[in-house]
Amino acid sequence: MNADSNLSQVADALWKPNRGLNNFVQRAVVITFAMFALISIATTFGIVASLVFETFEFFTAVPIWRFLTDRQWTPLFTNAQYGIFVLLSGTFLTSLIAIVVAVPLGLFSAICLSEYASPNLRRWLKPALELLAGVPSVVFGYFALLLVTPFLRSMFPQIAGFNALSAGLVLGISITPLIASLSEDAIYAVPDSLRQGCYALGTTRRETITGVVLPAALSGIVASCILAISRAVGETMIVALAAGQNPTMTLNPFVPIMTMTAYIVQVSLGDTPAGSLAYKSIFAVGTSLFLLTLILNVFSFWFVRRFQEKYE
Amino acid sequence: MTSPNQVLQGDSCQPNAYKFSPALPSRYKTDGIFKALAWAAVVISLTVLVVLLADVANDGISRINWNFLTSFPSRRPAESGLLSALVGTIWVMALVALFSFPIGVGAGIFLEEFIADSFFENIVEVNIANLAAVPSIIYGLLGLQVFVRWLFPITGGRTILSGALTLTLLILPIIIIATRESLRAVPSSLRQAGFALGATRWQVVREIIFPQALPGILTGVILALSRAIGETAPLITIGALTFIAFLPPLSLQGLRTTFSVLPIQVFNWVSRPQAEFHLLAAGGIIVLMVMLLLMNGIAIYLRNRFQQNR
Amino acid sequence: MVSETTATMTEPVIQMENLNVYYGSTLAVRDVNINIPYNQVMAFIGPSGCGKSTVLRCLNRMNDLIPSARVEGKVTYHGRDIYSSDVDAVDLRRRVGMVFQKPNPFPKSIYENIAFGARINGYQGDMDELVEDSLRKAAIWDEVKDQLKKSGLALSGGQQQRLCIARAIALQPDVILMDEPCSALDPISTLRVEELINQLKDQYTIVIVTHNMQQASRVSDYTAFFNAEATEQGGKQGFLVECDTTKTIFNNPREKSTQEYVSGRFG
Repeated sequence: MNADSNLSQVADALWKPNRGLNNFVQRAVVITFAMFALISIATTFGIVASLVFETFEFFTAVPIWRFLTDRQWTPLFTNAQYGIFVLLSGTFLTSLIAIVVAVPLGLFSAICLSEYASPNLRRWLKPALELLAGVPSVVFGYFALLLVTPFLRSMFPQIAGFNALSAGLVLGISITPLIASLSEDAIYAVPDSLRQGCYALGTTRRETITGVVLPAALSGIVASCILAISRAVGETMIVALAAGQNPTMTLNPFVPIMTMTAYIVQVSLGDTPAGSLAYKSIFAVGTSLFLLTLILNVFSFWFVRRFQEKYE
Repeated sequence: MTSPNQVLQGDSCQPNAYKFSPALPSRYKTDGIFKALAWAAVVISLTVLVVLLADVANDGISRINWNFLTSFPSRRPAESGLLSALVGTIWVMALVALFSFPIGVGAGIFLEEFIADSFFENIVEVNIANLAAVPSIIYGLLGLQVFVRWLFPITGGRTILSGALTLTLLILPIIIIATRESLRAVPSSLRQAGFALGATRWQVVREIIFPQALPGILTGVILALSRAIGETAPLITIGALTFIAFLPPLSLQGLRTTFSVLPIQVFNWVSRPQAEFHLLAAGGIIVLMVMLLLMNGIAIYLRNRFQQNR
Repeated sequence: MVSETTATMTEPVIQMENLNVYYGSTLAVRDVNINIPYNQVMAFIGPSGCGKSTVLRCLNRMNDLIPSARVEGKVTYHGRDIYSSDVDAVDLRRRVGMVFQKPNPFPKSIYENIAFGARINGYQGDMDELVEDSLRKAAIWDEVKDQLKKSGLALSGGQQQRLCIARAIALQPDVILMDEPCSALDPISTLRVEELINQLKDQYTIVIVTHNMQQASRVSDYTAFFNAEATEQGGKQGFLVECDTTKTIFNNPREKSTQEYVSGRFG
């Protein structure tokens, strides 16, 4: 009879949105994904918890002041001493050599990629450098122990078979792409109008780079360097393979040393029963390492927040 | 070259201009040195890469044969192979991919699409940035304590499952960050268009945003996996072994067997004093690098396709 | 046409003769002949894509920075061909300053923004004096004199642009090129910059590119009108239509297209 209302009834029958189901699915998905996001928080708690318990037990056996003041690291001796600064000095030495290599190499590579290389060349060079960043550290360890060390010893025969120099140099090479890639991002992000404004003042390319571009990218560059330092401090395989297993408090790059990470590897490879003091000691060392990288991280956050320039 | 000072006469118009002494020749000399340093840095970095690859290839290529790939490790270098390590790597990586993809991508979607700019998101973001900078060996200690000891009834101790879970936690921050960046790159006009059609947020994400972001997400996941495949330190810490003369059974029980992986096998061979084992290590590195290059190649291919579609 | 306008100009600082600019193999602007007179304001006007900014950037060789850009013809500065091999672009740019469309202060202090270029170019005089003098000339001294250590990025848009003008003035150029200096500014800031241009022309030759015809008529003594035509390849090619005193261009132009443009019929 009434064609219009018939039509609209037919049309209505075609539309059956299941809002209830849709909302239910959405809620289920959101809750699941929220749990996944919580896993990242749980990871942090897991790290802290797993470090804290064993470290605490370690410090009930070894007083913390002895941990900080002993001049020896001799966990296997009957009269065991645990002076963390012995391992810290090893980590410091290899990281220092690495940074001395990696900062100029990485920063100049970044400058070259973003300011000197043509866009076509850059398209090839950047993936090549990223490939270098993807090489596993155990491969760099092979490189350090079996190629760089023999090479160094052929030039300076007094160098030991395991030494901080070779490990530090290769460690530096391994973190160079990190600095290069992240600094390049920061330099590339500097607006071109700043470069133009600088050239218009009668400056050469180098003066534009060092006078305006690098200062404008400073926060990103410093952040990349700090991340590289914390990578060097935490790097394990290169130093475990090439720097030796000999805890000594020294800054001599020609002799075997032991880093914090190398000690953890040494104990892990041995058959150390859970609950023994040696087992607990790797957690104490791990805590020291964690705190060290955390401090670097916090500093990096602070620096970026303080010095980041906001462009439109 | 004539001094430009004499060439350009403009100074006559400005009484003060004599106060400038641009000293261009010496400035250009500094420029030249600077430029040379910049190119030298790139050339040195790439040379190292080439030397590294050439050295390993030269040492190890003689070891690459069918026997090497299908034999168990042995005390005699000539008979030794990396079968158990290769299979172990495949097991661990399959599990890591299985765990990390849904968890990492899900968490990334949740943070970017559902609670962006909230207090909780801020906390998680700072937390993730922090986790990404924690040394991998610390994750090893986490795995040793949590998965190997506390969750022993589930994982069975120093097993494939413990190793895979440890590496999953290690690469989750990378995957979450990559997922969020890919989602952020999808224009928000698409989201608006979806909402305007009466879709729920999850429908918009699933039907419109996620397919757009998928290539970028996959690239990030593959790069994260290629980081995991080369990780050695955390697996040493949780106690992966180097001498495994059996293969895990292809069942759930396989998850709870002890294992080795390629980088650990390589580490073991490098750290032995005999030169014959060093050649085996080079051979192992070649296998590892081929797998890595394949993964990187896929990632680059995806990225290029992704960029062309924009 | 050009020779007739030249007769009304005294002492050209910059002369362009048969200037062609290419991007790659595309001719972007053709056959420009303009004389820029001493201590006057010359405005370049025309519809977008007519190449007025491109021509401006030829005058201090900023186009050198674009690898594909190529210049044919002759540009002389005080009678010297600036594209000859013995002229250094870096030295030229110190004498021919430039202000850009968007204010682009360096992420440094206000003081350093001014002192930076002078120091690099070996300024021998007293730096504090130069900074103050430049900021005064750019009519921004009173606003910033108590905060010279503050970042240049902290200023408002109009202040930033005047800071950029001060930065150019600090090098004591005799020509200042301005590439749409007010297009990113609000009307009040625009007015201040226009007043500033009027003050500066006693000491500097100013070339200003503007898309705003009122602005051209307010600030300039001479005006060059550029137009563009579609090319067979589908691009645009710019060319100079005419160049004369601003009064002539706006009231009694020679060409019909000029008349149509200044009366707002296209562009």
